[in-house]
Amino acid sequence: MALSGMRGLSVFISDVRNCQNKEQERLRVDKELGNIRTKFKNEKGLSPYEKKKYVWKMLYIYMLGYDVDFGHMETVSLISAPKYPEKQVGYIVTSCLLNENHDFLRLAINTVRNDIVGRNETFQCLALTMIGNIGGREFAESLAPDVQRLLMSSSCRPLVRKKAALCLLRLYRKNPDVVNVDGWSDQMAQLLDERDLGVLTSAMSLLVALVSNNHDAYWSCIPKCTRILERLARNQDVPQEYTYYGIPSPWLQVKTMRALQYFPAIEDPNTRRSLFEVLQRILMGTDVVKNVNKNNASHAVLFEALALVMHLDAEKEMMSQCVALLGKFIAVREPNIRYLGLENMARMLMVTDMQDIIKRHQAQIITSLKDPDISIRRRALDLLYGMCDVSNAKDIVEELLQYLSTSDFAMREELSLKVAILAEKFAPDLSWYVDVILQLIDKAGDFVSDDIWFRVVQFVTNNEDLQPYAALKAKEYLDKPAIHETMVKVSAYLLGEFGHLLARRPGCSAKELFSLIHDKLPTVSPPAISILLSSYAKILMHTQPPDPELQNQIWAVFRKYESCIDAEIQQRAIEYLALSRKGAALMDILAEMPKFPERQSSLIKKAEDAETDTAEKSAIKLRAQQQTSNALVVTDQQPLNGTSPVGPLSIVKVPSMSSDMDAGDHGLTQSNGSLSEMGQHATTPDLLGDLLGPVAIEAPPSASVQSEQNFVSDQEVSSSVVDVLALAPAEELTSAVQPIGNIAERFQNLCLKDSGVLYEDPYIQIGIKAEWRMHHGRLILFLGNKNTSPLVSVLALILSPAHLKMELSLVPEIIPPRAQVQCPLEVVNIRPSRDVAVLDFSYKFATSLVNVKLRLPAVLNKFLQPASVSMEEFFNQWRSLSGPPLKLQEVVRGVRPMTLLEMANLFTNYRLTVLPGLDPNPNNLAACTTFCSESTRAMLCLVRIETDPADRSQLRMTIASGDPMLTFELKEFIKELLVAILMTSPAPAPTPPPATELAIPAAASTDPGAMLAGLL
Amino acid sequence: MIHFVLLINRQGKVRLTKWYSPYSQKERSKVIRELSGVITTRGPKLCNFVEWTGFKVVYRRYASLYFCMCIDQDDNELEILEIIHHYVEILDRYFGSVCELDLIFNFHKAYYILDEILIAGELQESSKKTVARLIAAQDSLVEAAKEQESSISNIIAQVTKRFTAEAAEIGEHFPAERFSIQGYRYTDVDVCNV
Repeated sequence: MALSGMRGLSVFISDVRNCQNKEQERLRVDKELGNIRTKFKNEKGLSPYEKKKYVWKMLYIYMLGYDVDFGHMETVSLISAPKYPEKQVGYIVTSCLLNENHDFLRLAINTVRNDIVGRNETFQCLALTMIGNIGGREFAESLAPDVQRLLMSSSCRPLVRKKAALCLLRLYRKNPDVVNVDGWSDQMAQLLDERDLGVLTSAMSLLVALVSNNHDAYWSCIPKCTRILERLARNQDVPQEYTYYGIPSPWLQVKTMRALQYFPAIEDPNTRRSLFEVLQRILMGTDVVKNVNKNNASHAVLFEALALVMHLDAEKEMMSQCVALLGKFIAVREPNIRYLGLENMARMLMVTDMQDIIKRHQAQIITSLKDPDISIRRRALDLLYGMCDVSNAKDIVEELLQYLSTSDFAMREELSLKVAILAEKFAPDLSWYVDVILQLIDKAGDFVSDDIWFRVVQFVTNNEDLQPYAALKAKEYLDKPAIHETMVKVSAYLLGEFGHLLARRPGCSAKELFSLIHDKLPTVSPPAISILLSSYAKILMHTQPPDPELQNQIWAVFRKYESCIDAEIQQRAIEYLALSRKGAALMDILAEMPKFPERQSSLIKKAEDAETDTAEKSAIKLRAQQQTSNALVVTDQQPLNGTSPVGPLSIVKVPSMSSDMDAGDHGLTQSNGSLSEMGQHATTPDLLGDLLGPVAIEAPPSASVQSEQNFVSDQEVSSSVVDVLALAPAEELTSAVQPIGNIAERFQNLCLKDSGVLYEDPYIQIGIKAEWRMHHGRLILFLGNKNTSPLVSVLALILSPAHLKMELSLVPEIIPPRAQVQCPLEVVNIRPSRDVAVLDFSYKFATSLVNVKLRLPAVLNKFLQPASVSMEEFFNQWRSLSGPPLKLQEVVRGVRPMTLLEMANLFTNYRLTVLPGLDPNPNNLAACTTFCSESTRAMLCLVRIETDPADRSQLRMTIASGDPMLTFELKEFIKELLVAILMTSPAPAPTPPPATELAIPAAASTDPGAMLAGLL
Repeated sequence: MIHFVLLINRQGKVRLTKWYSPYSQKERSKVIRELSGVITTRGPKLCNFVEWTGFKVVYRRYASLYFCMCIDQDDNELEILEIIHHYVEILDRYFGSVCELDLIFNFHKAYYILDEILIAGELQESSKKTVARLIAAQDSLVEAAKEQESSISNIIAQVTKRFTAEAAEIGEHFPAERFSIQGYRYTDVDVCNV
């Protein structure tokens, strides 16, 4: 193939290639860029050929990695050239240089549209390709119908239609509404009958994207996909050119099986049977051959088939067959197959009852942990992590610890985190857990994040049996000559806190411990020094009767740091010095740390966050969410030495502790100086800060609660908590589970949105997803257990007001660990009312019984539908509804001031259509909407608001509809909106003005839901 | 989906980039810099997949060139690996035993061909014959337009003449390693012995 005739371009490329170094290359490129810039400046003189040439040069320069920040205009303008060669260059270079967010693209929308609707097939192809590659939201909004038409047109040739299919896929990704048209799902199904395999391949990609978001509409595609698979894999009925190394279009096979994985189940027995037949054939009939490409292609199909079999929950026999295959794969030499074998085995873990068979391959998997290829090592690590449970935790963690010393730096952080989590989750006994974490810090201190050592301290603090052992271990590590700073921190902390428990042992006197710790001080950084100072203070406090020599030594250290440049260290030194002179008071203030409250492990949280990084939904992830992963279930085995009832590693529970801590903090800052007042809390704030602060930050839910509470309720709450604590021992306060976030605010948000979180506390999260159609609604409650132990005695009652018919499907009594349960709730609106339904929800976690009453967002505006009427209709209707009770007028005072525009936005949010310009007075606003209920059917409502620009706090509103009840309710509803306190404020929702309650006493008093809602 | 396609040579020089997800110019250079470091340093006989910032990169080396495609974690890796090969086979057929030099001087052709194979990061056409036919049709459209403009075609004739001479010269300076399908080194790796 000869170089195609652009001499200037070729010369430029050779010039660049001949440059001896980067500097020369830059000079040459800059010269060229200057040249192009001048040429473009007097564009008139440029021939199409020259324009083309310069645009290609720009792309080449861009590809070399130089910034090309001009000439975009010229490039885009080539798109509108009349001739094919220029147009082609314009399209291609534009789609390489720009991305969907560039403003210049907007200039091209019209031209692109003309090319698409025009009759020229080659232009259509160019336009579709560009939109398919870089089209953004605006393209989706303006071009989707045209693209759809091309895709379905019988007069278009396959080459246009396949491009249209993928183009539509792109537009769908940018704006899912583009396929929200009647009959689209039928058209999609019809596309699957396509004979041309190019079009079919593209259409299948489109289907995969559609069903990955919403499979409901596409059930009819299942049998068609099955037939396609049969045609390809069984009958091998494809034209020769669509076979790839003898395999009938492997790509289409893979995509078809991918699409099927997004349907939750395949129920039709016939379809299921034929599908399994094909799958069986693929599983059994894939041989290993010499040709790499053929091998890859057939294994691409095989692995997809494996994934589909896993998804369909095949019979046990077929599953074991799959595991056997995977077992073979993870033992082969060929790296790709081994990699994929490990990856798919990890997916297999999610299938029930397969764990035991997988465990048989443990030794083989551990071998892969030592593979030279980091990709394979990663997969092996992931798989080991996933398959770990109580039975094999010791072996696997041991193996991982060993691997830690030789693993690459890139993996150490992840590895450390995983070791820490496994040790925490599956520890057969607590001392083993402490051993593992200390070894971990010893071997990979740099990669051990603070959370890991915070966590071990929490466990030790909460388990008295463990304290002497941990202190002894800490001392052993401190005896070593060179240890990591993190080890210094954790050891010093443990010895400070629990060192006195070792006092009888040789070499463990307070003095000896102090000098052991103090030896490390010159080697550590300021944050560690602060911790050392704290442990000195603790040691001092534990030495009773005081040892004057030790006291002097420690005081000397404090004095030295009194003038330290680091404010934190300085403050500690000064405070500890002052405290330690107070004698008996010291005992109280520096007493042992109280036990920590149970909270989700920040480590596990961190690991989860890392997993949810990728945004795209995938079949596997969806599946993982639906299932309880075996990997996360905590053992119910009783601890060997502990007495705690919740499982070996659960921290002793003192639920209200977090507010206690807050109160302590708060009290201290308030009563600066009078420390003895809070003797009961017995800790100093900075000691708490060491441990609680960072952990709390790492665990966002509890942290946000604390800060919010503090913010909202300020002094009141804290003082009341202090009082309660002073009276009752901490263990008895069991039911004080604090919600996370503001319940009222969450409810308000859900009134506007259709999905979100309704309630959350440290144990459970209740989410809601709702769909509204006319006077029907369907809510789904998502009850998610956030813990590693089950929630029991789960009870959900719906207290529905008289105007709503509500039916909640069965709520299971137990929610398994880390599982999510979905409970659909059907709602029918019988007549207009503003009463709110309430969900009375309770559960038990360990010993605490939690009961909450939550308003459900099945509110009046959910049954409104934006309506649009012409001016004439509006006025006709307005006139025909004359006076009360169909038309009501009221002057509202105390309106929160807002501009007319803000008011219009507010109305739109609540599904009232604002009709601009309808009212001749610019200070007025007219709106309309349709309300749906069983008694009124769909009924048009009209609204008029007259404002006074001089006084925004009052207005007059008039509401009209064909039903007196509706008119009244809607009037009150809108009034509430207008006088409501700002949406975002944390205050509870406004209670309706008293007048309203008087107006509908009959309904309200008989209605438990309404009464409750009033109380809430 | 495929988020981007990247062709780089052993020295990390970029020969083609195509982005199907929106990356700003800055992000693009960062991706290229990071990835070329990761991929060109990988030894032989390792697997063709690299896990990278939550994505996977499937790559394959042909003589001096690495063909890389970045996909989501759950995509089918082998399928993508064979899309790469499919592309290479089509390039090979078009240029007649393609080499890196062909792709340097005819980078625009490489883009045309890629656009016939992938759109929106998804496979568009799996028949080599169909792609070849469409590219030939495009070429002839361009040719036809040239002939219409006689004045320009004149110039082009001259250019081609001069250019053929130059091309021969370039060929001497840069003896290119052809990566015709038989010769590429991927076949060295053993077929899995299940």
